Amino acid sequence: MSAILPPAERLWWKHPLDRVEGTWIAIAFVWCMILFFMMVFWHVYGNQNLSTETYSTTPEDFRIKAEAWAEKYTVRIDETTGQPVVAPPDGGDAYLITRLWSFWPTLELEKGKTYRLHLSSLDYNHGLSLQPVNINIQVVPGYEHVVTVTPNQSGTYGLVCNEFCGIGHHMMVGRLYVK
Amino acid sequence: MSIATTYRTCPRSGLQFEANAEKLMIANAVAAVVFLLIGGVLALGVALTRWPAVHWLQADTFYQVLTAHGIDMLIFWIIFFEVAILYFCSSTLLRCRIATPKIAWLAYWLMLVGAIINNYAVYKGGSSVMMTSYVPMMAEQSFYLGLILFAVGALIACFVFFGTLVVAKRDKTYEGSVPLVTFGAITAAIIAVFTIASGAIILIPTWLLSLGVVDSVDPLIYRMIWWAFGHSSQQINVAAHVSVWYLVAAIVFGAKPMSERVSRGAFLLYILFLQLASAHHLLADPGLSTNWKVVNTSYFMYFAVLASMVHGLTVPGAMEVAQRQKGYTRGLYEWLRRAPWGNPTFSGVFIAIIGFGFLGGISGVMMGTEQLNMIIHNTIYVPGHFHATVVVGTTLTFMALTYYLIPTLFKREVINPGLARLQPYLFGFSMYFFCLVMMGAGTLGVSRRHWDMAFAGMPSAYEWPGAAYLMMGLVGISAVAAIVGGAIYVYVTVGSLLWGKRVEGGAASASREPTPLMAPAVAAQGYGSQGFAAPGTFLLAMVFLVAFILYYFVNWKYLSTVWGLS
Repeated sequence: MSAILPPAERLWWKHPLDRVEGTWIAIAFVWCMILFFMMVFWHVYGNQNLSTETYSTTPEDFRIKAEAWAEKYTVRIDETTGQPVVAPPDGGDAYLITRLWSFWPTLELEKGKTYRLHLSSLDYNHGLSLQPVNINIQVVPGYEHVVTVTPNQSGTYGLVCNEFCGIGHHMMVGRLYVK
Repeated sequence: MSIATTYRTCPRSGLQFEANAEKLMIANAVAAVVFLLIGGVLALGVALTRWPAVHWLQADTFYQVLTAHGIDMLIFWIIFFEVAILYFCSSTLLRCRIATPKIAWLAYWLMLVGAIINNYAVYKGGSSVMMTSYVPMMAEQSFYLGLILFAVGALIACFVFFGTLVVAKRDKTYEGSVPLVTFGAITAAIIAVFTIASGAIILIPTWLLSLGVVDSVDPLIYRMIWWAFGHSSQQINVAAHVSVWYLVAAIVFGAKPMSERVSRGAFLLYILFLQLASAHHLLADPGLSTNWKVVNTSYFMYFAVLASMVHGLTVPGAMEVAQRQKGYTRGLYEWLRRAPWGNPTFSGVFIAIIGFGFLGGISGVMMGTEQLNMIIHNTIYVPGHFHATVVVGTTLTFMALTYYLIPTLFKREVINPGLARLQPYLFGFSMYFFCLVMMGAGTLGVSRRHWDMAFAGMPSAYEWPGAAYLMMGLVGISAVAAIVGGAIYVYVTVGSLLWGKRVEGGAASASREPTPLMAPAVAAQGYGSQGFAAPGTFLLAMVFLVAFILYYFVNWKYLSTVWGLS
């Protein structure tokens, strides 16, 4: 019962490796390097990398900025959500406020166009879960995260909060349209 | 220096228990099972609410119950049990007295009082903030105070463990190096010190914030340091349950490590790199650079994953070698077929090893890959993953060990051995299924920590696909089956302690001096090269690798179809 007893050989670290172990370690090591380089590879050749562009902000500043922007690009009022539908230009900024318990405003994007989506929270942590695409991004108060997004399919998308944010968490749901 | 204490040698196992250490192990293990029981009852509330067709609890109760379930299971049950394991791996395996028993009791009471205060804070309401308690969402001050007291107690217990190692060394109760299992326990304790220190660094300011002494705690810094506590505490589990795997391989098969160097080297990699894993939780966060994410989330080039893959081979490999030496050499798997599948200590550990590797390990690497994390973060895939690691891996391992400890440590016959034999299968396999369907639902996007998939009828509600509802129904069903398995464990354990037939626990209890060390003599089996080949285990490892590679690239394929992000 040697695993629960001191090793019989004092110089156990000099004992040669068994072939089974040695082979497996070599294979596992190669696989671990592949795992590691895949992340780097995707940064170079992949199209889905989360932006790290972040600014310090305050809830008040972010709200004022987002509301001014929304006023400029509002195209109509959404019948389901009652929110303004805001359609930013290609390559332009888009803002999304997360707060207890809503996403604001309702965005209308175009397929194949690229937008700089500014995310921040006015109160607690929230989660932006874009469905059914299933892209999930953490939204943290005090930080403005700028994510560059390029929708690749048109349709009506759901925005679901997937970071617990209190008793109304399950009612925090929004819409996003892609033309 | 002579300390007034007694030792007994268990006639069944040959293990020697010191009186103070024995009482401490019993107290910590019993407290652990009590919190498992509480957490298990709460699990029923969570499961029956997330099962869409049942949707049992009201929203506020659900979030409250989920908060308590997480903390009771992930922190209180597991760490109490781990303290018992630390004392076992030091005092019992090294055959020495435990250092400073009075301080160890102080640690115990701090942990117990802290756990009760925390539970009471959640029970009162107003602290339904989930285990993570992300600021600026605040719980009552006693919520944090309870956690801090518990953490301080656990930290003291770690130092009692280190002190006991010193006692053993000074009293020369063993020769040469500590046993591999003790080495693993040292790994767990070192990680624990790092973990608990991180907890203190973030929970103390948060507690002061709740008292109004401090103005604010940065939400992003909170997340970073909290996870150095929250995730690293799961790394204590990994180091502890891997140690128990080696322990059980030794107990059941008399297996020795295939090579001390490899197994200890793998534990060393854990100490160096495992804590970096907490960075996984920040992959979808703002403010962190790509380099930081890649380096940390890969546990620095996946060296900790490498360590786990090594243990995954060497534990069953050691079992195979031991079985082959007994003559079970036919074919690739006679050693496995002829294993004691009716012994819950073995079956539990084996089910834990396979589930931890295939379900927990593979899914963990998916979530921890920077880009793949975006299609997983905060979906119910995440609890699917950690139930595979913490429940199938750690909890089932600890359950299996309990069946061994009932006659040896608690000196009782296991009541209803038939039920005990069934328990690891029921619990383990229903948890396998539970984790799989949870990950399935998560792949469809279903959120974790969410009361209502139907969004309480909001006009803008998102309509989940039917398959997501089906998966969540299966989550509910399999959870109930697993809870029944957990209940059997609590019944058998508590029942054995209360009504089990007393077992002769070793008459040699009067001797006041540590028994002379017999270990090196018994262990003198030599290492030779005979029978080292473990071809069956190697094949299993290759199957694992193929599953890993396929699933990994399937996820990249899925990722490549979603919106462009840069």
